[in-house]
Amino acid sequence: MNWFYEPLQFAFMQRSLAVAVMVGIICSVVGSYLMVQRLALLGDAISHSVLPGLALAFWLGANIFVGAFIAGVISTVLIAWIHRRSPIKEDAAMGIVFSAFFALGITLITTIQKDNKIDLNHFLFGNILGVTSGDVRDTAIIAALVLVAVVLFYKELLFYSFDPLGAQASGLPVGRLNLGLMVLIALTVVASMKVVGVILVLALLITPGATAYLLVPRLHQVMWLGSGIGVIASLSGMYLSYYFNLPSGPAIVLVASGFFALAFLLSPRHGVLTQRPRRSAQSLSSILSEEA
Amino acid sequence: MAPRSIRTSNPDANGNPVIAVDHLTVNYRDTQALRNINLTVRPGRLVGIFGPNGAGKSTLMKAMLGLIPVVTGRVTYGDQDLAHQLDRVAYVPQRSQIDWTFPSTVWDVVMMGRVKKTGWLKRFSATSRQLAKEALDRVGMLEFKDRPIGALSGGQQQRVFLARALAQEANIFCFDEPFVGVDQKTEAVIFQIFHELANAGKIVLVVNHDLGESITNFNQIILLNKELIAAGPREWVLTRDNMTRAYGGHIGFFGHAA
Repeated sequence: MNWFYEPLQFAFMQRSLAVAVMVGIICSVVGSYLMVQRLALLGDAISHSVLPGLALAFWLGANIFVGAFIAGVISTVLIAWIHRRSPIKEDAAMGIVFSAFFALGITLITTIQKDNKIDLNHFLFGNILGVTSGDVRDTAIIAALVLVAVVLFYKELLFYSFDPLGAQASGLPVGRLNLGLMVLIALTVVASMKVVGVILVLALLITPGATAYLLVPRLHQVMWLGSGIGVIASLSGMYLSYYFNLPSGPAIVLVASGFFALAFLLSPRHGVLTQRPRRSAQSLSSILSEEA
Repeated sequence: MAPRSIRTSNPDANGNPVIAVDHLTVNYRDTQALRNINLTVRPGRLVGIFGPNGAGKSTLMKAMLGLIPVVTGRVTYGDQDLAHQLDRVAYVPQRSQIDWTFPSTVWDVVMMGRVKKTGWLKRFSATSRQLAKEALDRVGMLEFKDRPIGALSGGQQQRVFLARALAQEANIFCFDEPFVGVDQKTEAVIFQIFHELANAGKIVLVVNHDLGESITNFNQIILLNKELIAAGPREWVLTRDNMTRAYGGHIGFFGHAA
């Protein structure tokens, strides 16, 4: 077990492991909503869009979490506005807004890079070894907020994400639920910035939840199992990064992708190599149950 | 002039409130989807909304519930806007609008019918669970309650949705195309429950397009093609003249030697 304890003697590793675990959990929970609503691209859009907010906050000396969050929210509002006020479809609107924000972010960072010692790569691919105790605190606050909100509004969010029209017709305030979900996504993306960077956040949002989705049938189970997978991927990615001198963000994402590949091939219910010849068996059983 | 049911927001003879649609016009993007619809929907009858594809049947239902914006007009239930009384409404969207690979079980979906009644920050009560069980039993799906919804047949999925509507304990039941892609057993179960709801004094409004024998299940018909062609008792509405105006040209329909 010495290999397990050795990295823990360093304070920077303790901090980064703590942040990686928290981010692994909230990304899987919030990402489950993105996956079931087919909004994976929105996760990508928000994560790219936070870049100018990060840059401006850094430049102004403000809290970069706040800057990133504001930029993320502005981008979702812009996407919705373009989509509603023009014949442009939502996915095209996302593509336009997030690439524009991303380009603006890179321009800003490159400009301020000259006067400050910051590295564009840290924003793009994360810099988990550089997390401060302030970052750990901020991440913990965000994680607590996100998890409490999901627990408190679980039944409403389940109804809304499964059947938005039915939820609206039952009198639920679907506009506010959607806004709340967007805020949760933006918060989660912002918290994940240090761990994997803007480019790879999507992997942490989608991959653990998608892996769990192949294994268990209910949304809350997807969230629990996804969180477990996210945490294991984060920890093993960090250890791989420590022992083999790999970039930590990509290492985490590769481990998560490995889990997905295993579930894709071997899941008892949906695995490519393990499932029964699905179509024929399923349609036959449904025919039989109709006859009964 | 087509026979038009008497439009009034007054309660019916038994004192039950009615739904009154008053000068309703709805646009879809730049085109007019519904023009100046006036009608009354009374409780205790099975009311079908019929018309050709693109006639605005689903649009009418959504506009009545305030789910889509309207250009002009008002929809009331009793003496208030229906859109402000959605806790009395159970609405079942078209099955094709739903992602049936969503990770949830039959039980999860039926319990969605109890979300609004349960209220924010509260857990489902024992009463809610009992109502959900009874609803599933009524549609013959109780033994499937732990099944993932993706493993059900189309008819079974529709019955689960019906159970969710029943669990809502609503006064007004709105179903959008509930008979598309369902088996005969399911169709019989659904009509049986529709009749029971109507007999219990509920408002039951169903978007449908099948002009076959099943149309005789409906007491009242709303015939639509972007505007109201006719509304009232089935025998009044289903005339060759009305059907030609709604569908254009020659159309065969049950109860009329085509």
